[in-house]
Amino acid sequence: MSGNSQFAYYFQLALRSFKRNIVLTALMVLAIALGIGAAMTTLTVFYVLSGDPLPGKSHQLFHPRLDPRAMNGYSPGDEPQDDMSRFDAETLLREARGDRQAMMSSGNIAIEPRRDNLPAFRQDSRLTSADFFPMFQVPFKYGSAWSREDDARRARVAVIGTKLNDRLFGGGNSVGKSIWLDQAEFRVVGVIENWHPQPNFYDLSSGDRGFGGPEELFVPFTTSRDVRMNPQGSIDCWGNDNVDDEGNRSVNAKCSWLQYWVELGTPEKVAAYKQYLENYSAQQRAAGRFERPTAPKLDNVMQWLDFKRAVPGDVRLQVWLAFGFLLVCLLNTVGLLLAKFLRRSGEIGVRRALGATRRAIFAQCLVEAGTIGLAGGLLGLVLAQLGLWAVRQQPVSYAALARLDPTMLFTTFALAVVASVLAGLLPAWRACQVTPAIQLKSQ
Amino acid sequence: MDIRPILTTLRRHKTAAALIVFEVALTCAIICNAVFLISNRIDRLQRPSGLAEQEIVRIAVRSINKSGDAQALTRSDLATLRAIPGVISATITNQIPYGDSAWNSSVRLDPDQRIPTANTGNYYATSQFMKSLGLKLVAGREFTDDEILSWAVVNAPGYEASLPSAIITRALGEKLFPGQQAVGKTFYMWGDKPTRVVGVVEHLLRPNDLLFGAAASDYSVIVPLEVDYNFGVYVIRTAPERRDEVIKAAGEALIKNGPARILSESNDTLEAMSKKFYQTDTSMIWLLSAVCIALLIVTALGIIGLASFWVQQRTRQIGVRRALGATRGQILRYFQTENFLLTSIGIVLGMAMAFAINLALMKYYELPRLPALYLPLGALCLWLLGQVAVYGPAKRAAMVPPALATRSA
Repeated sequence: MSGNSQFAYYFQLALRSFKRNIVLTALMVLAIALGIGAAMTTLTVFYVLSGDPLPGKSHQLFHPRLDPRAMNGYSPGDEPQDDMSRFDAETLLREARGDRQAMMSSGNIAIEPRRDNLPAFRQDSRLTSADFFPMFQVPFKYGSAWSREDDARRARVAVIGTKLNDRLFGGGNSVGKSIWLDQAEFRVVGVIENWHPQPNFYDLSSGDRGFGGPEELFVPFTTSRDVRMNPQGSIDCWGNDNVDDEGNRSVNAKCSWLQYWVELGTPEKVAAYKQYLENYSAQQRAAGRFERPTAPKLDNVMQWLDFKRAVPGDVRLQVWLAFGFLLVCLLNTVGLLLAKFLRRSGEIGVRRALGATRRAIFAQCLVEAGTIGLAGGLLGLVLAQLGLWAVRQQPVSYAALARLDPTMLFTTFALAVVASVLAGLLPAWRACQVTPAIQLKSQ
Repeated sequence: MDIRPILTTLRRHKTAAALIVFEVALTCAIICNAVFLISNRIDRLQRPSGLAEQEIVRIAVRSINKSGDAQALTRSDLATLRAIPGVISATITNQIPYGDSAWNSSVRLDPDQRIPTANTGNYYATSQFMKSLGLKLVAGREFTDDEILSWAVVNAPGYEASLPSAIITRALGEKLFPGQQAVGKTFYMWGDKPTRVVGVVEHLLRPNDLLFGAAASDYSVIVPLEVDYNFGVYVIRTAPERRDEVIKAAGEALIKNGPARILSESNDTLEAMSKKFYQTDTSMIWLLSAVCIALLIVTALGIIGLASFWVQQRTRQIGVRRALGATRGQILRYFQTENFLLTSIGIVLGMAMAFAINLALMKYYELPRLPALYLPLGALCLWLLGQVAVYGPAKRAAMVPPALATRSA
C-alpha cells in the first residue's frame, strides 16, 4: 500500500472504531473541544490586546521618562515618572533631539456646533504638538496636520476625526471651516481617516486604560493654554506653591501630567538620546531642579505597554486558567485513548500475528487520535466563536476587539491536532507494545 | 480492608494509574486556587462603601467657557437642587466612589518624614456632605459651616496651603494611630501645617481602589473644601424609588439655572455606577465557577472511563474472586478503595501544586496567601468526586457472576 492509501485505510479503521464506542468517542471529542474552546477564546482576547498598535513603526517610537520629584518620598529603585512636567516637556520639545517629537495631554473641550440649534457638547480631545501626526502615521482624509509654526504662534487650528466631522458638518471636506471650542473660534485644517491604535499606547491613563474609543479632536497644546482649555487625565504634584493663575498646569508647577514621545530611527540615535536624557537630568540636578538620583528611562512602544501591563491582569489570568483546563482535558483524553486502545489488545494481537509491524499499529493509533483531535478542534472552534461572542456581550472596553482572525483560526486547528496527537503518543506506544503471542493465547 | 492486593494490581497498571493521579492533582490545584480567587472577588463585591448606595444619584454639569463666578453659581445650583421634590439633601464634592475621577494624597505623621505613612483618597466636603453620602460618623463631629474653605481661595497664587481640620475613615485612623482614638490627633497632608482629626466615619471607599492595594481602599480623608461645579459632581440623596425622577428633574433644573451648560453623559444612580464598576469582578466570578464545574465533570468522566476499562479487563479475575467466596460488597469496596488511594495520591500532589500556583499568583497578581482551610476542603471535594465517579463501574464489577470464572473468555 502507498503511504496515502494507507492513511486513508487507517482513517477508515478509526471511523469504524468510533462507531463501535460512540459514547467514549463523543466524550473524548467533547473534552478536547471544551479545552480548545476555552483556550482559544482566552488566547484570542490576549492576542488582540497584546498586539502592536503601530506595526512597522512602534520600534522607532520612544517614551522618555524623567524624575523631577522632590526627595521626599524617595526610596532607592523607584521608577522615574510616567508623565512629564510641563517644564521638561517644553524644554525637550524645544531642543528637538529626536527625528520627531511631540508632547501631549488629554483634554476635555466644549464644542458649540452653532448651526441648526444643535446643542453644545463636551469632547475628549488631545492637546498636542505638530509632530504627533507624522510621527504616529495618522492618515488624513482631508487637509493635513498643523505645522510647527502653528504651534509657535499658538494658531487657532484644529484637526478633527471622521465621526466629529459627521456630527459637526454632516461629513464632507470641512477643511477651512470654523468650529467653536471653549467659545473660541478655531479653523479646521485636517480631517483624519478612522485611526484607532489599540491600545491607545501614547496615553494609557485616558479612556478605559487605553482601550476606549478613538480620539476625535486635536488642538495645538500651546493654543490650548492660551484659551485655558481644561486638560484632564492623571496629574501628580509634589509641591503646593501656586505660582500663577495657571495653578498646577503652569510651566513651573511641580506637577507631571504630560505624555512625551520621540521618534528615533536608528539604534545609534536611541543611544545618543539616552545619553542626552542622562545629561539633561544631571544638568537639572546641578541646577537644583531635580533632587532624585533616579536614572531616566527610554522605552519603545511594546516595552512601554509591557511595563504598564496594558493587558488587563484578569485577561492574563484567564489564559492561564484556560490552558490549565486544556491540560486536564488532554490528560483525560490520554487516559481514555489508553483504555480504548488497550481494550482492543486482542484485535491488535491478531493484526501483529498477521504481519502488521509495530510501526503500522503505532501509525494507525495516531491517525485515530489525530482524527479525534480534528473533530475536537472543529467543535472547539464553534465553542471559541461562542466564547468570543460572550466576551463581546460584556461591557468591557475591549469587547469589540474579541474576534478570531485567520492566524488564530489556524492556531486553533493546529493546537487541537497537535494536542490530541501528543495525547495519542503514549497510548499508541503502549498499544504497539502488545505482544501477539500472549493475546492469541488468551483468546 | 487489606490494601496490599490493590497496590500490587496498580503496580501493573502504572500508566493508567499515573494518569488518574495527575488529572486529580491538576484539578485539585486549579480548583483550590480558582475557589480562592472567587472568594476574593466576592469579598471585594461585598465590602462596604460607607455610602447609602440605594439612595444616591450623581449629577455633573460643565460650563461651555469659564467666565462668570463658578462658586456663586454652584451655591445657587445647590439651592435649586435641594428644592426639587423628593430630594432629601444635596451637596457637591470632587469625587465619588465608582466614579472616574480620583484625588489622592500622601499622609505623614511628621512633616520631615521621608516615606509617607499612608496614601489616601481625598474627599472635599461642603454643607450636607455627610447626609448626602449617607456616611456614618462613629467619633467626633461633622464640619461646621464656618470651617469650610473655598477652593478658589485655597488655589489663589501665593496662598499658603493649610487645612486645619479633617474627618478620616476608621481604617485610616487605625493605620495612622493604631489602637488610639484618632479624634484630636494631627497629621500632615498639604504643606507643613498640621491637620487635626475632628471626626471619624465608619467607611468611605476611594474611587481608584486598586492603585494603592486592597488594604488602602478604605483610607479616605474628608477635608472642608468647597469646590465649584466645573470639576465637582453633585451628589443627591433621595428615596430609592424616586432616583430616576430626581435625575431627570435635577438635569432640567441645572440647565435652567444660569448660563448655557452641558450635562455630563454619565449622570446615573450610584447603584448603576457600582454595578458597572464591579462588572469585571462579576464576570470573573462566573467564569471561574464555570471552569471549576467543567473541570470536575471532565475529571469525573476520566475516572469513569478508566475505571470501566479496568473493570472490563479484570472481569475474569473478579469472577474468580467471587467464586472463591468474595461478596459483592467486597468487590465494590475493592474498587472504591482503589479509587480512594489514587485520589489521595493525586490530592497530596495537587496540594503541592496548589501551593506553587498560589505563590505565582501572589507574585504577579498581589493575591493573599491561600488559607490552609482550602486544602482540606479541596481534598474532600475530590474524594467525593472520585467516589461518585467510581460507583457506577464498581457496581458493575460487583455484578459479575462467579460462574464467569468457570467459562473461558
